Amino acid sequence: MLILECPYCGVKAEETELSPGYEAHLKRFGPGSSPEEFEAYMFARKNPKGVHFERWRHTYGCGKWFLAARCTATLEVFGTYPAQVSEPPADIIAKIQARRPDWRPDWKDMK
Amino acid sequence: MSDPVSALNGASAQGFAAIREVGPLGMITLRAKGLKSLDKAIKAVTGTKLPAQRRIEVNGDRACGWMSPDEYLLILPYADVSAALASLAKSLAGEHYLAVDVSDARAVFRVEGDRAAEVLAKLVPVDFDRLEPGELRRSRTAQVAAAMWKQDQGFTLVCFRSVARYVFDLLANASR
Repeated sequence: MLILECPYCGVKAEETELSPGYEAHLKRFGPGSSPEEFEAYMFARKNPKGVHFERWRHTYGCGKWFLAARCTATLEVFGTYPAQVSEPPADIIAKIQARRPDWRPDWKDMK
Repeated sequence: MSDPVSALNGASAQGFAAIREVGPLGMITLRAKGLKSLDKAIKAVTGTKLPAQRRIEVNGDRACGWMSPDEYLLILPYADVSAALASLAKSLAGEHYLAVDVSDARAVFRVEGDRAAEVLAKLVPVDFDRLEPGELRRSRTAQVAAAMWKQDQGFTLVCFRSVARYVFDLLANASR
């Protein structure tokens, strides 16, 4: 059972109280973008084995969207944070690196 | 004017805990965040202070609960709702807020008795031993959303009126 702490109401909510929102920190490519960019935005998803950032909604609680960093292989949750950010905050990255020393953020090289 | 009628007309059931429908109860959803006149506006309507995160402040038959960072639930006698909305409009004039009468959109249940927590524990993914007095917990009851808190030797549970019969049957069955 996946348990995520909602950063808005502080409830340690179990999976059935939440709705999944899939990959977090997608950058939208809308009108004016190239077909390749739009295709990547629309369809390309990371699906890593390991550290992953996801959107979740506390559907049956406060109803807010938040983001979670967790490991897809072990289901370990590194932390949750509010959704009003474009990349994971430093304390979440520190928590991940404490547990996964060889993990490196990959969004720095991304366009 | 027609008389207000609660969803199940005060239905009740008795198992190892007592289930009864309460109401009609006046309820206002207030959406507002960080307004400086919010404390006073709520005090004027319910006589309570602004509840902290996940808390419900009860004052007799009135209460104010924290529903989310920008949402409060005001509970008051059914007949006082329009006066309360007028009071909110006056206190919060010019500010960014939304106050709506949701009295007829909700159903309220009481689960009472020493083993009331066991009824809810069958239906709700919440550890009721760790639910503090005065804590309002929004979660699900089997398949539908509900909010609940401990009050006077039991629990008060609020859900949508459209699922009142479903929730009542759930509670009655869980208390058998």
